[in-house]
Amino acid sequence: MTALILILITSLLTTGLIVRTKSIVSGRKGPGLFQPLKNIWVLLRKGLVYSETSGIITRIAPVVVFSSLVVASLMVPAAGFKPLISFNGDFILFAYLLALSRFMMIAASFDTGSSFEGMGASREALYGMLIEPALFILIAGLVVFTGGYSISTIFNLPGGKYYSLIYGLIVSYILGNIAIVENSRVPIDDPKTHLELTMIHEVMVLDTSGFNLALIQMTSLLKFAIFGSLISSTIIPASLPVFWRLVAFSGVQLLFGVILGFIESFRARFRMNRNQQFILTVILISVLFFVVILFTKNIL
Amino acid sequence: MIYLLVFLVVTTLIIMIPVRRVSLFTAGISIFITTAISSWLAIDVLLSEALSDRGLLSVLHEYFSSLIICDKLSAFFILVINFTVITGFLYSTGYLKPYLKDKPALWVKLHYLALVWLQASMIMVPLLRNGFYFLMVWELMTLSSFILVIFDFDAKGTLKAGLTYLIQMHVGMLFILAALIISSKGYRSLTFDNLEYYFLNNPNWPVFLLFFIGFGLKAGFFMLHTWLPDAHPAAPSHVSGIMSGVMIKLGIYGILRITTYLLDDFAVIGAFMIIISAITGLFGVMMAILQHDVKKLLAYHSIENIGIIGMGIGLGIYGTAIGNNIVSAAGYAGALLHTLNHSLFKSLLFYSAGSVIGQVHTQNVEKMGGLMKLMPYTAWAFLIGALAISGIPPFNGFISEFLIYTSLFNGIGSAEFYPLIIFFIAMFSLVLIGGLALLCFTKVFSVIFLGQPRSDYHVKPVEVGPVMLLAKLLPVIPVILIGILPFVVIKPLISITNSLFRVDNIIPAETFSLPFKFISIGAGLLLFIVAIVMIIRKMLLLKRITTTGPTWGCGYCAVDSKQQYTATSFVQEYAELTRPIIKTGHTKINYREDEIFPGERDFHTHSDDFIRSKIIIRPADFIINVLRRAAIFQTGKLQHYVLYVLLFLVFIFLLTYLKLI
Repeated sequence: MTALILILITSLLTTGLIVRTKSIVSGRKGPGLFQPLKNIWVLLRKGLVYSETSGIITRIAPVVVFSSLVVASLMVPAAGFKPLISFNGDFILFAYLLALSRFMMIAASFDTGSSFEGMGASREALYGMLIEPALFILIAGLVVFTGGYSISTIFNLPGGKYYSLIYGLIVSYILGNIAIVENSRVPIDDPKTHLELTMIHEVMVLDTSGFNLALIQMTSLLKFAIFGSLISSTIIPASLPVFWRLVAFSGVQLLFGVILGFIESFRARFRMNRNQQFILTVILISVLFFVVILFTKNIL
Repeated sequence: MIYLLVFLVVTTLIIMIPVRRVSLFTAGISIFITTAISSWLAIDVLLSEALSDRGLLSVLHEYFSSLIICDKLSAFFILVINFTVITGFLYSTGYLKPYLKDKPALWVKLHYLALVWLQASMIMVPLLRNGFYFLMVWELMTLSSFILVIFDFDAKGTLKAGLTYLIQMHVGMLFILAALIISSKGYRSLTFDNLEYYFLNNPNWPVFLLFFIGFGLKAGFFMLHTWLPDAHPAAPSHVSGIMSGVMIKLGIYGILRITTYLLDDFAVIGAFMIIISAITGLFGVMMAILQHDVKKLLAYHSIENIGIIGMGIGLGIYGTAIGNNIVSAAGYAGALLHTLNHSLFKSLLFYSAGSVIGQVHTQNVEKMGGLMKLMPYTAWAFLIGALAISGIPPFNGFISEFLIYTSLFNGIGSAEFYPLIIFFIAMFSLVLIGGLALLCFTKVFSVIFLGQPRSDYHVKPVEVGPVMLLAKLLPVIPVILIGILPFVVIKPLISITNSLFRVDNIIPAETFSLPFKFISIGAGLLLFIVAIVMIIRKMLLLKRITTTGPTWGCGYCAVDSKQQYTATSFVQEYAELTRPIIKTGHTKINYREDEIFPGERDFHTHSDDFIRSKIIIRPADFIINVLRRAAIFQTGKLQHYVLYVLLFLVFIFLLTYLKLI
């Protein structure tokens, strides 16, 4: 239960933190920490406009997308706190719940018959397909390393026999990159871009409004928090006292948000055809991680 | 056997009675009776604890004991066959209606006759161990399905596709026959049971490989698949559903049956199966994405799913090799469950696609669109099938893939270095297959059913009749039930795997039931949260205005349905990424210089199956060329032929004289 509460609190703050970091770094006054939440609050109080072309899929997709992420978040540990649902092979359910949300997003973007939204959908489907192996290879490496078969045991890296912080950092690096691709942030995609032709996530929700848009934005917040929590569990040992774990968790989340903010400030986004190379690089890094784990396991 | 033959002959005679409607009615009754009897036998066997106890049908069994042996594996396949044949028959009654006017009555009768015989032969295949009878029903199955495939023989390419199928099936039969003869050398009878002794004294993998080629041609493994993408688009949709859903699974049955006899070479055979299946799965789905013909796309997906099933079998064999029973049991159970699941959602998809094709009169997805509003039930059926085949919870495809993943991760977690590499490759392929299937099915579902129509439908499509909808509803129920309550199926599955395979320590079903309970909880929670959020939205919107407006077009308001995203553009980046492997060609005619007012132009893109062109078309062309050259000897003049005879005699005489022969 603690894990879920931590994830929910993090989800409220991470995106705001990124935006805040960006404005401070670029020397702007910028919006406050709670601006994303205020935006959602405004959206929740608005009515709805549907596209004339759209049908039932547009109406159910945001709900399914949000719900699948909520169920996925129930399986994620945070800073050594156990998640609500944990069983052998839960990472498969986790990954395929993300796939469910992706399927519905893509279908919804086609439902409006738009000439733009398909573009985002096409990229989302391709990048989602490419990034999934990275996550699974990482998991395979962790299964070899820790000998566990559930998210809460395999991401509890410090519990492993041969742990040193370097493993945690490598895993965090890979997870961070996966989070960037899953959420379509810089350098894959710039959520603040103004041109429909170059968007990924934003273009898929052009015709979504009001409550539905709020759901989509909450989903995106939740996704960040999920990956942030996974990173925290790989670094923070579960053997620490509760208080220090909470402090460390906050520190890790703060660092995660600030680093993403720095990346978004100082890095330009890729050309669209470079994105595939970036994702393939992430896959290769996780393959390397797997190989390293294999050999260290045999040597030690 | 004899009763069945008499029964079938009587049915045949009644079906051929030249009165309208009689054939349909009789075929229905015949299929129903065959289903009832065989399912009774199958359920009886599945429920009985010991293998020898055959319960109610023991009398029948005594009579047939030398011929018919029904174990749990056979029983499982019989149930799978019966379900899909029943839904296929229901579907055909609606699907064939528009054809009844054009086609000769005799041809329709023959079609139903073939359907009856196909079911009977498919049921007999898993029951027979005697090689001679087995090959007989195997051949019967091929012939009857051939007649079913060429139903629409006037259409371009149908007959050719049917003949390709027929020839390749006979090549496959030759391999099975060869393997049987080799393994029965020195024994009086030609049965599969001889394998038990043969494998004891001889290396196991060569004969397994022969059987694999023979059965693999039916199942559609990589390099043996070339008939599938031709035959499925040519066949009527219910036939595609039955063939893809269950008939190709009998190839899987054959491989599983051979697997039960294996005694040695587990590591080699297991690794071979895993690698070839990984390639099969990846190849199938990679080709599928580039197809625009919806039935061809589904045919390539059958190849993909055969890959997944084969991977499960491979893991089962490999698990035995490394002595890991959980890997083995989860692999086999995953393969069996995926066999069942694929028969459900693939027939569902073929039926839905067939309904759409029947309404819009094209198989090209680029000409469809916006059908969800016109055919809502069909669209929902297709959506559920698409989600299930992509392995997405809470549908049944996820459960079988979960079992195979369980097997893989257990292998990764506990194996030594080299086995681990194999598990790693398998896992990598399975993940990629899952992602690619999602890409493919978001494309095909969205383009067919969502947005606006991409071409003028000359007749406005309407929802199909209740019988065809019932045929879709029947598979939808188990697709959802297995997805939400997976722990119900695990016990019978594990009992099948435990009864058959040489697993030293019997794995209790409880090993897998705990994760399944949590998956069930997860699925329930998902539905619960969806419902809650829906209700909250409804409550919030009571006080607010919900309107509709035009789709955002960047300020441009005259958006035409032709400006929608198409299937080709959706997969364009993917096509560029895979260009080194799969070449997509295009044909177009350039403008001439003197062409001041250009006329209409055609532009076609096509992705060639490079395996098909390399191993089927090119050798066949080569042989045809050689034979054509040889045809100069065929002059048609009697003198020349007499000369040939004389030359031949002289040649033989010379050889004998020189003591060469």
